[in-house]
This record gives sequence, structure tokens and C-alpha cells, in this order.
Amino acid sequence: MIEVINLHKSFKGFQVLKGISLRVGKGEILALIGKSGYGKSVFLKHIVGLLKGDQGKVLIEGKDIAKSKGIALEQIRKKFGFLFQGGALFDSLNIFDNIAFPLREKTNMKESEIRDKVLFELDQVGLKGSENKYPAEISGGMKKRAAFARSLILDPEIMLFDEPTTGLDPIIANTIHTLIKNTHERLKFTGIIVTHEIPKIFSIVQKVAMLNDGVIIAQGTPQEIQASPHALVQQFIAGGIKIA
Amino acid sequence: MNWIRVLGAFTLSTVRDLGETGVFLVKGFSWAFIPPFKFFRLIKQIQFIGVNSTLIVLLTGAFTGMVLGIQGYYSLNKFGADALLGPAVALSLIRELGPVISALMVTGRAGSALTAEIGIMRISEQIDALEVMALHPFRYLVVPNFLAGIISFPLLASIFNVIGIYGGYLVGVKLLGVSEGGYFGEMKNYVAMQDILDGLYKSLSFGVIMTWVCCYKGYNAGYGAEGVSKATTQAVVTSSVLILVWDYFLTSVMF
Repeated sequence: MIEVINLHKSFKGFQVLKGISLRVGKGEILALIGKSGYGKSVFLKHIVGLLKGDQGKVLIEGKDIAKSKGIALEQIRKKFGFLFQGGALFDSLNIFDNIAFPLREKTNMKESEIRDKVLFELDQVGLKGSENKYPAEISGGMKKRAAFARSLILDPEIMLFDEPTTGLDPIIANTIHTLIKNTHERLKFTGIIVTHEIPKIFSIVQKVAMLNDGVIIAQGTPQEIQASPHALVQQFIAGGIKIA
Repeated sequence: MNWIRVLGAFTLSTVRDLGETGVFLVKGFSWAFIPPFKFFRLIKQIQFIGVNSTLIVLLTGAFTGMVLGIQGYYSLNKFGADALLGPAVALSLIRELGPVISALMVTGRAGSALTAEIGIMRISEQIDALEVMALHPFRYLVVPNFLAGIISFPLLASIFNVIGIYGGYLVGVKLLGVSEGGYFGEMKNYVAMQDILDGLYKSLSFGVIMTWVCCYKGYNAGYGAEGVSKATTQAVVTSSVLILVWDYFLTSVMF
């Protein structure tokens, strides 16, 4: 479903990605872990074509997204839902209109059907009753949940999560994890989660990859990663357990 | 030889920026012809750029006309031609001051806000969110502003001209004693329809310049609050300078 082959990217001479290769099968969720500032979000933006690599390929169902343009790119992007780190809700729209936005723009649904679907998704993420509030009027956790609802509203085949729980208290973070798990059971999407939530994330994902200094230093099932002999992987996991 | 390298880098960067700015304009206008059209977004932007600028245009128009009334009377009176005050005020406003001053005022009021809004959308990943939804940001952020600028600027310049002519009338006729019939009568004799049309073409092009530069700067804003603040300042300064430079070229060609 998602295949990344030897992806390189540099900004102003600074090399961020130095040849990443990995594969995520249909219906699988992969957790991308690693230190902050090592290019995890940059990598995620390559998957959806917001950034283009200097070298290498990103294949979505066999199609190179970096080489796709116009309608072909639109067709690929229709498969995606993206939960941005800050939510990326539209400031000028209230929560209801934010979530209804993709439905109004991308479907021919009637307003009554849109209302039912949006209210259902709001209920799923525990935000029923907040539909008339604006993003500036709600907390960080509520923003993440609203953004989550918006990213899911078109039932995407591929979900990308950029640090979905960063900056949230443990209770809200658990709620987000539960939401991801439940929604995955419901929609069976293929997903990539950029996260620092170790070891909690291991119960949600089928694969884990660790990015360090622009390369994937380890990848495998959560069990394989936990048993990895790599010193940096163990240090990262141990650090995660110690903090948790 | 370090200065050669610096000069080369500066030249390359300037040429690249100019190219990107040009491509942005062409893309913006191309998207204006691709349905679906965002009619309600256009109305909202006309309100933001046009309707909300009316008060400031009324104020600056009135005072510009009043100053022209005093200065025009002072100059014309020396030659015993104070009866020509009406056409002097009207032609100055219609051909030059109306389009230029109203454009500069709207750039300061709406252009800065436009850049800041789009810039904040850029740094908070709202523009990325549109792209991920397979929706082209130009359709939502650039096209409605281009069209709103093209529609609003000539209307605002017209309001500026009318109120300015009445400002000149107030000072010239009511305070300084120029004949009322002469003020408007001579205006009819000396102001041609072509003068009015040329002024409107000017303000229309200023509308394109302001929205083009401000949208471009916001769309390509740098990181964080500093990036948005820098983009906003650059947008207002560049738009204002471009408006004045373009005004000179248009005036040379038209008159």
C-alpha cells in the first residue's frame, strides 16, 4: 500500500533524510519513532506529496506520488486523511463547519446528510455539543479530536498521524489512542503514526520503525523492536519507559 | 572574490523570486477560470477588501479634495483662473489621486491583514490541510482575493473621487467663494469620459498588484510569528512601491 524506496531530502544543504526505505502493507499501522528534530514530520509530508524528495520514490498503491500531478495527484490524495500536529483546523470556521468542509467540497451529499454524518463523528470523538465553538475557543485536546474527526470524515484508506498526542495530558492521550484503535477496527485503514508514546503505542500498531539521523536504524513488529539489540533503540525504549 | 559570489547569489535569488512571483500570478488567474467557483468566498472578500475600506476611503477622499481645493484656488487665483478650480480638482482626483491614494489606503488596511491571514494559515498548516484534502488552496485563498481586488478597487476609487470633488466644492465654493455654477459647469467641459475610464483602469490594475503581492507574501511566509510579521511588512512596502512605479508607467502610456 505504502512503499518508500531510498528517500533523500535536504534543506539548504542540510540533509534530513538520508535514504529511507520502508513498506506498510494494506490495513497495517506503522509507528515511526525517533528523537525530535530528526525528520519524522518531514518524512510524513513526503508520503502525502506535500514535500518532494531529492532522490528516491514514495509509492502509494504502486503510483509515485511525487511524479503525480493534477487529477492523478487528486485521485491519490483522496485516499488520505492527515492529522496534523497542531490540528490545522480552519480558524474562520466553527467545529461543525470544519468537519463538514471536506463533505461539502468533495461530495454531493445533502446538507441534512452532512449534518447527520458530522454529528456522528463528533459523537465518536466525544465532542457532541461543541459543534458551534471555534478552534480558538477549545482546548488542545479538543482541537486534536476535532481534527481527528475531520481527517476521518471521508473514510480514508490511509491515515497519517503527526504526533497525535504531543502536548496532551495522559488521560486525553489515552482517549486519542483508543480513538485510533477503534477507528482502525471500524475503517481498516493503513496508517503511519509519528509518535513518542512508547510503549503505549505498541498495543495499537503492527509495525514500528525507528528513525535516527536521517536513516531507519530498526524496523519490525513491536515485539521485535523491543527485543532489538541496537543500543539506540534500547536507549530510546528505556527512556520512554522511564518517563512513562 | 567573495563579493562576486555574494552578488551572484543575490542575482540568482532575485531572478528566482521574480519568476516565482510571476508564476503565482499566472496560476492565480488560471484558477479563476476553473470551476467550481467560490461565490460566497468572493462576496466575503469583497466585503473585507472593499466594503470595510469604505470609511477610510471616504475620510481620505474628503480631506484630499479639501486640500486640493485650497491649493488649487491659491495657484489658479494668481492667474485669475479660479473659475477652473472644479476641473483642476476633478482631473487631479480622477486621473491620479483617486486611484493612487485609495489603493495605498486599502493596501495598508486590507493588504496587511490579507498577508497576515494567509501567512498564519501557512505556518499553522491550514494550507497543507487543504492540499491533503485534494483541494487546491488557490481556489480558496488566491482567486477570491484577486477578483475582490479587481471589483473593489475601481469602486473605492470612484467613491474617493466623488467625495473628493465634494470636499473641493466645500472649500472652494462655500469657503473661498468660487462660483457654484463655475465649479461644476467647467468640470463638465474639461473632464472627458476617457479620463474617468483611464482612472478606473489604473485602479483595477492596482487591485491586481495589491492582492497579487499580498497573497504571494502570505502564501510563502517564513516560519513562526517572525516569518508572518516579515511577510506582512514586505507585502505592504512592495505593494505600495509597485503601485507608484506602475502608476508612472501607466500615466506615461495613457496620457
